[in-house]
Amino acid sequence: MRGKVPTPLVAALAILLLPAAPALAVDPATIANAGTATVVACASCHGKDGGGMASFPRLAGMNAAYLLRQLQDFDSGSRGNAVMKPIATALSPADRNAMANYYAALPIPAALAGAAAPATLDTSPGARLANRGMWSKGVPACVQCHGPGGVGVGAGFPAIAGQPSGYLASQLQAWQKGTRKNDPLELMQHLSRSLSDAEIKAVSEWFARQPAAASGAGS
Amino acid sequence: MKLGAGALAVAVIGPLLLAACDDIRPPRTSYRDKTATTATAPASGVSVVTTAPVADGSFVPPDEADIPEGPFGDIVRRGRDIFTNTGEHAAAYVGNGLSCSNCHLDAGRLANSAPLWGAYVRYPAYRSKNQRVNTYTERLQGCFVYSMDGKAPPADSPVMVALESYSFWMSQGAPVGATLTGAGYPKDFKPPQPPDHARGRKVFEENCALCHGADGQGQKVAGRYVFPPLWGGDSYNWGAGMHQLDNAAGFIKANMPFGRGGSLSDQQAWDVAMFMNAHERPQDPRFKGDLAATRKQFHDDPNSLYGLEVDGRVLGANPAR
Repeated sequence: MRGKVPTPLVAALAILLLPAAPALAVDPATIANAGTATVVACASCHGKDGGGMASFPRLAGMNAAYLLRQLQDFDSGSRGNAVMKPIATALSPADRNAMANYYAALPIPAALAGAAAPATLDTSPGARLANRGMWSKGVPACVQCHGPGGVGVGAGFPAIAGQPSGYLASQLQAWQKGTRKNDPLELMQHLSRSLSDAEIKAVSEWFARQPAAASGAGS
Repeated sequence: MKLGAGALAVAVIGPLLLAACDDIRPPRTSYRDKTATTATAPASGVSVVTTAPVADGSFVPPDEADIPEGPFGDIVRRGRDIFTNTGEHAAAYVGNGLSCSNCHLDAGRLANSAPLWGAYVRYPAYRSKNQRVNTYTERLQGCFVYSMDGKAPPADSPVMVALESYSFWMSQGAPVGATLTGAGYPKDFKPPQPPDHARGRKVFEENCALCHGADGQGQKVAGRYVFPPLWGGDSYNWGAGMHQLDNAAGFIKANMPFGRGGSLSDQQAWDVAMFMNAHERPQDPRFKGDLAATRKQFHDDPNSLYGLEVDGRVLGANPAR
């Protein structure tokens, strides 16, 4: 365009060109805490503060791109989950994006963000698997991808620190069984097959005790 | 010598290894263990895993939990900590963002990942890299100068004493002078076709960028690398063994993607090794101002791209800082 277009006109055009959904979308806080006609309130399972409980994961402070991809994968079925599938499918793409951003921006609940014990002093089986791996079976240390203490690295490697142990164990079992298969390069499906039930329990409980922190994508 | 964006001729790789600088790898001698793996040439471009599984015949180092209590054990643990977090525990001698354990997995214990127990029993040894007999101490110092792009810790420094103690402890029971199965990186395999930059880029994007980033610069948490940078100013320099295509291909084939070692084909491993090593990195510290002369003196080897033009750039001409 050669001539100058008045700014208000540009703004008006931009609004017109946007997909209809965002303008009419329900506020993410409303979806989170009250739900809609088709979507149950996220807080009813993930907690009012998004901190998770039992086998329901913490969402607060997680990487937004990771959360968005999970919603997409629940919808597609590459992450099989009978509870989340209908919810993810009911959310529009714009709502999924809004919910991912909403929870990524929520502060990590104080109860989950305590001080870390020095990892080198902890010689429990869970700590050892987390920090050293089990290379005799080809299993790297969890922290080598999920970051020190499991705080998460970027969009590809979610925080596992401060996640409920029941959730972590259920995911390792889901990777083993192949009901969850949305891992890049099949990294988790592959390594989970080398883990025993006792090892899954030990490492899940260890990470559940680790303090959650904002993950450091590119920081 | 000029190379296009495409193929690099590597037809003569095997025999020339004798003359290659043998950084990282244990030195070659006639004492090669008969149980060591040998590659079988793939009939077509099909993926063939040529590396041996870790278990069969490999030396098994003692368990980390068995490091003894007391002053010797304390220094062994200190060596392990330096090895796995080199920038923090040996900061004065490290010039980049790497740790020893980035290329020597499982804290230097893993077979086919140039384990310390494979190298420790092979020194003192003659090295073509500097054309004299090197002690194990000098070998470790070389790691700091090239792979860590830093400077050599003095032989009697606490850092060197700790690393040697850790190596010695790990190697207990290993026969002195033997080239053990699983030592070094698997390197006796060749790609069906010469390695190719464009194919390597594709392998990188599909298998490596997830962790190392689309720009190969790794990923950090709280200022520290979780995934190491593969090139650029925080990676190994042009004198490091990993800049050699055979070393890189061997490491990648056996160990990458991380946790999925052996899943790439021989061709993919060589292609992506070439792609990775066709990027700028810190200058070879032996460089005295003349790229061609440095290549002739130290890189006269088809496994080195240093001083060659690849994808329109002369490598080593604009080293990263």
